[in-house]
Amino acid sequence: MAVTADHAIPNRSPLIAFLSRWLLTTNHKEIGTLYLWLSFTLFFIAGAMAMVIRLELFQPGIQFAEPLFYNQMVTMHGLIMVFGVVMPGFVGLANWLLPMMIGAPDMALPRLNNFSFWILPFAFTLLISSLFMEGGAPNFGWTFYAPLSTTYGPPSTDFFILGVHLMGISSVLGAINIIVTIFNLRVEGMTLMKMPLFVWTWLITAFLLVMVMPVLAGAVTMMLTDRHFGTSFFSAVGGGDPVLFQHVFWFFGHPEVYILILPGFGIASQIIPTFARKKLFGYHSMVYATVSIAILSFLVWGHHMFTTGMPLAAELFVMYATMLIAVPTGVKVFNWVATMWRGSMTFETPMLFAIGFVILFTIGGFSGLMLALVPADFQYHDTFFVVAHFHYVLYPGAIFGIMSAVYYWLPKWTGNMYDERLGKLHFWTAIVAVNMTFFPMHFLGLAGMPRRIVDYSLQFADFNMVASIGAGMLGLTQVLFLYIVIKTIRGGDKATSRVWESAEGLEWTIPSPAPLHTFSAPPQFPIPEEAYQHD
Amino acid sequence: MTERRNNQRKHIILLSALAVGMVGFSFALVPLYAIFCEVTGLNGKKYEREISAEPSVLQVSEREVTIQFLAQVGRGMPWEFRPTESKLKVRLGEVHLTSYYARNRADQAVTGQAVPSVSPAYASNFLHKLECFCFTQQQLEAGEDQQMALRFYIDAELPEDISMLTLSYSLFQVPDVEVASLALASN
Repeated sequence: MAVTADHAIPNRSPLIAFLSRWLLTTNHKEIGTLYLWLSFTLFFIAGAMAMVIRLELFQPGIQFAEPLFYNQMVTMHGLIMVFGVVMPGFVGLANWLLPMMIGAPDMALPRLNNFSFWILPFAFTLLISSLFMEGGAPNFGWTFYAPLSTTYGPPSTDFFILGVHLMGISSVLGAINIIVTIFNLRVEGMTLMKMPLFVWTWLITAFLLVMVMPVLAGAVTMMLTDRHFGTSFFSAVGGGDPVLFQHVFWFFGHPEVYILILPGFGIASQIIPTFARKKLFGYHSMVYATVSIAILSFLVWGHHMFTTGMPLAAELFVMYATMLIAVPTGVKVFNWVATMWRGSMTFETPMLFAIGFVILFTIGGFSGLMLALVPADFQYHDTFFVVAHFHYVLYPGAIFGIMSAVYYWLPKWTGNMYDERLGKLHFWTAIVAVNMTFFPMHFLGLAGMPRRIVDYSLQFADFNMVASIGAGMLGLTQVLFLYIVIKTIRGGDKATSRVWESAEGLEWTIPSPAPLHTFSAPPQFPIPEEAYQHD
Repeated sequence: MTERRNNQRKHIILLSALAVGMVGFSFALVPLYAIFCEVTGLNGKKYEREISAEPSVLQVSEREVTIQFLAQVGRGMPWEFRPTESKLKVRLGEVHLTSYYARNRADQAVTGQAVPSVSPAYASNFLHKLECFCFTQQQLEAGEDQQMALRFYIDAELPEDISMLTLSYSLFQVPDVEVASLALASN
């Protein structure tokens, strides 16, 4: 508690006070803010790399980026977006919201929380510094397949390996903290099946993190020893096997993609009922669907490897298991739609982003089903169709999820309403730009344009130009988003404690902006209606 | 309150154990994968243990299949390496002798190890080698060349849908003594 009283201690230079406040904070709200700003900063860095990629692909031929540099951009864009933007973004939201949603004064392990965050800036400094090294940054794609990353990797690969280790430690510690918090600090009366869905999806995500981040750590450790200590885990020379790398990587990688989307499901399940003014349809089935998706995610990693020469039986099993995932996911989509059905809907910015999320994520899900089909995948594999697919699930999925969460809870965090007019402008430009950027990639992939190659043949020129113009627009809308966030922090219409007319949940019973310490005394649960009325 | 604290401690310990256990699991995937491939014959790997039946007792069948031979040379390996016959038509159960040609182009002695791979993968359990240069490491003096023998037969049990097999050898340089023994130990 001494730490948070720092600003009351006189005779300290403002710089020291500022640094010690943010470096030493153990407050879940401040740490949440740190996570969100880190995520936002890296979003612009990785976004700038995407701009380099799209600029280069604007026309056929090699104009701006040498092939090696282009490959570095592709690799770093993917790594930073996955590990630096979406994951810390969701962890930041978890930090801000979980304790407030379950009526806890803070996370269960506040000091560990501080440690988990402050590892990350170092991890990303290691990773990004490799851009300025001799031989360049990692250039083997975010999936870092052996032997590209072992025998042929640039010297900076070792910085990448250490960076991944640090990110892994941070994620595992953060996930343990989240699970312990949810299991132990819920307010009296909030049983597991009464938890808000954002809490549920994060609980499951945290379990996935604890189970797969160590596998990633194992994979990069094997890479490291293959590179420097004469082992041959992934090298056929010494009796190893490069395909083994793909198995280990995707055993991590497939649950990882659900780590990137499940909290987004939770966010949509919080926001849609508020603006439809109805209770969430099918709460229980939502929980079971999320659990089944998480369990199935451990069985389907093979669908990333259909073309490696897997036996037919394994291909069939993985194909059917993958298509099975569409069932719980479909349950969720239908539940969201049923929640909106005959609701008194209004379309404030968070709701727009949530609806955009549902529609566009579903498109991404369908292209995923196409990729799950073994015979079709042989054609789609490693083409822009795959790029289109995962950008549809990650951009309008994970990123729209985070954005709708930010609009939804920003008034609670800052005490000010964001500018609704600008928010709507942000949404409509973003949704046009997102589709303009990523939709043509489906056609490019079906026509055979390979991914991760700097140049392309002439027949792909028109769609690439459209995609590049869309990408430029999409980049600009994020500057607008930054402006809206800063403007809201600095002022605006005062928000009430409930903020939205029919928002439900413990976080709406505390004043806006949320005071640094909340729920020092446990609140009442189930929430009495008058709890929302105290201002 | 203390009960909650105890619970909390228990959860932290269990979750940390799970995380550490999963690191262990990622390393356990290495032998698991090798065993899995060996048992099922997947991934085109032929593990050389079951050089089984005496050729004399083999049933020779009327069915003929084509076997193709490929050769690849690993990075930095200064050898010329190629099959002497690029393909053979063989009857199932019949023992055949063919060979690969290797010549050391370097001006010092070099040791090589050939690593086989069979395609389609599930045919690998039906291709039996009685004698193969890949069973051991090969050493060639500077400029020396050699015909390296390969004696094999294809099991009469070969699934009906396979009419052509490919046997591919990748030849790697064995770097030096320590690393070589390490690699063998990991086998």
